[in-house]
Amino acid sequence: MGIVECKDIKKTYQQGKIEVHALKDVSLSIDKGGFAALAGPSGSGKTTLLNIIGGLDQPDSGSVSVAGNTFEKMTQSQLALLRLHNVGFIFQSYNLIPVLSAVENVEFVMLLQGVQATQRRERAMAILDDVGLEGKYHRRPAELSGGQQQRVAVARAIVSNPSIVLADEPTANLDSKTGNGLLEMMRKMNEEKKVTFIFSTHDKMVMDYARRLVLIRDGRIVDDKIK
Amino acid sequence: MYFQLAWRNIWRNSRRTAVIMIAIVIGVWSMIFLSAFMRGMEYDMIKNGISTLTGNIQIHQKDYINDPVIENSMHSPIKLETALKKVLPPVAHWASRIRVNAIASNARHSSSITLVGINPIPEAKVSFIGNAINNGCYLKPGDMRGIIVGQALLNKFETKVGHKLVLMSQDTDQEIASRSFRIIGTFKAQLQATEKQFAFVTITAARQMLKLKKGISEISIILPDNADANPVATGLKTELSADLYQIQTWQELLPILNAYIEIFDGFIFIWFIVVFIAMGFGIVNTTLMAVFERMREFGLLKALGMKPWWIIKDVLLESFLILIIGMIIGNLLAFLCVFALAQSGIDLSAFAAGAEFAGISRIIYPAVWIEDVIISNIVVIILGLLVSLYPAAKAARFTPVEALMHT
Repeated sequence: MGIVECKDIKKTYQQGKIEVHALKDVSLSIDKGGFAALAGPSGSGKTTLLNIIGGLDQPDSGSVSVAGNTFEKMTQSQLALLRLHNVGFIFQSYNLIPVLSAVENVEFVMLLQGVQATQRRERAMAILDDVGLEGKYHRRPAELSGGQQQRVAVARAIVSNPSIVLADEPTANLDSKTGNGLLEMMRKMNEEKKVTFIFSTHDKMVMDYARRLVLIRDGRIVDDKIK
Repeated sequence: MYFQLAWRNIWRNSRRTAVIMIAIVIGVWSMIFLSAFMRGMEYDMIKNGISTLTGNIQIHQKDYINDPVIENSMHSPIKLETALKKVLPPVAHWASRIRVNAIASNARHSSSITLVGINPIPEAKVSFIGNAINNGCYLKPGDMRGIIVGQALLNKFETKVGHKLVLMSQDTDQEIASRSFRIIGTFKAQLQATEKQFAFVTITAARQMLKLKKGISEISIILPDNADANPVATGLKTELSADLYQIQTWQELLPILNAYIEIFDGFIFIWFIVVFIAMGFGIVNTTLMAVFERMREFGLLKALGMKPWWIIKDVLLESFLILIIGMIIGNLLAFLCVFALAQSGIDLSAFAAGAEFAGISRIIYPAVWIEDVIISNIVVIILGLLVSLYPAAKAARFTPVEALMHT
C-alpha cells in the first residue's frame, strides 16, 4: 500500500452555470520515498488532485488516504492536524508569512506542533543551512529573492519530517537556473531523507527530474511512467 | 511567537492601527474623564444639598415633616443626646436647631422666610453657615438680638448690616410672637434661593421669642465623607421610638436630588453604551478589513495545519493588543486630565444659571470613582473582544483552497 492512495476520485466545480469536471474517476497510488510529478496542461486537474491529496479540498466521491489516514468523515480540525504532522506544502508563489523572518517562517510549523523553542530554533537553522540559506536566517521574505523564498518554503515543508511534500508548480516563478538548483536540492533531500515529493507541473525540467511521471488531461490520468 | 506574529501584524498597516487606537483612546478617555466630571457634579450636588441645613441624617418629632410648626417640636433633648452618643461614629458632628416659618419685615419690605435658631459652634461643623459669612460677623453663643441673613435677602430688603429686622411667627401659646433683631452679618450661598429663604439667630433667642423652653425642631447629623447614612440611621431607629421620632437620611429628605443622582448614573451608563457602540463598529470594521486583506495568509495558515480555533485566537490576540494599548493610553490621558483639573476645577460660569437651578456649583472638581474606571475598562476589553469574534470567525471559516486563490 502506498503512502498516498486515491481511489475513483471525482471532483466537479460549478463555474457560473457551467459544470467543470476537474477529476473523473482518478485512482493513484504513490509509494513512500517517491519523487513523482503530476503533469499536464493548465486546467487538466493536476492542482485539484494535489489539493485533494493534501486535504485542502474534498472530492465529490472516491476515497483518499495519506500515511494510512483515510480522509472520509474527518473534521476540518482533524484534517488540519493531519496536514500539520504528515503533509508539507510548497506553493508556486512561495506563500511565506511576510511579517516573520526566514527562520521564524520555518519555525512556525514546529510551533504549531508544540516543539520546544530552543529545539525549534536549532532545527530551523539547520534546515536553512541545508537549503543553502546560512546567514540569512533573520531576513524577512521581502528581503529575499524569489529563489531564496522558495528555498525557505522547501525548508518549512520538510522541517517537521512530513510523510509527503506537495509542491504546486514550485519552479513556475523561478528562472531556469534557480529552478534547477531548487529541484536538485529537493531530489537530494528525497534521496538522503527519504521524503516523498509530489509535484504538479507543466515545467519540462521538473518532469525530467521526476522518477515517476503521471500525465493528466481533462481530469483523467492518461499516462503513468516510472523512469 | 504567537505574540510576535500578532504584534507585527497589527503594525503592518500602521496608519489603520493608529486610527482605531485613537478611537479607543478617545472612547476610554471620555468614559473615564466624563464620568469623573459627572461624579464631580454629583458629589457637588450632594455636598451642597447636605450642607444646606440637611445633613446626612435628620431627626424630627414624628409629625414635624408633614406639619413643621412649633407644636411639633422635640422636648427631650437629653434622651436624644444619649442616643446620638451611643450610635454616632466618633468623627460625626451634630447640631440641634429650631426651625419655623416666619415673616421678616422692615420699613420697606416683608417676606416669608425660614427662621433657624442655631447653636453657633456645633452648627459651624454641620452646615454651610459657619463658612458662608461674607459681611459682618457670625453669631456668638447666647446672642439674643443678632441675626444673620442672606446677601440676596439683604439686597431685596434694601437694608444693610447694623439695621434692624422684625421677625414674626407663631409661639407655643398659638399667639403671634414678634421680635426685633439687628442684622450682624450676611451669608453667601451656592443658590440665591437659599440666601432669600434662611435667617439665623441663636437657639436661645429663638426659644425666648417662641416661648419654647428646652424644645428643638430638628437634629442634623454630618457623617464623614462618603459614609453610608443608612446603617447609622438604622442604629438610631433602634434607640429612638418610631412613635415619637422620625429619622431620615438625606436621600429621603431630598428626593429630587436623589432622583437627579439616579438620572446621572443612567446618563453615565448610556454614555458608556454610546461610546462603546461607536468604538465597536470601528473595531469590527478595522479587523474585518485586516482579515480580508490577509485572506490568502489565513488560507496558508490552515494549509500548514492551523485549526480554525487557533486562527480565531490569533485574530483575537491582535484585537486584544490594540485594545490594551488604547486602554492604557486612554486611562493615562484621563487621569492626567483629572489630575490637571483637580486644583482649578472646571469653570461652569457660562452655564451658571442652569447649573445653579440644578444645585450645582460654578466650579466642578472631577471625582474619579474606581468602579467607573473598572467598568469602563471591562466594557472596552470584554465587548471589544466579543465584537472581534465576528471577523475572527470569518477568518477561521475561509476554506484553504479559496483563500489561497485569493489575490
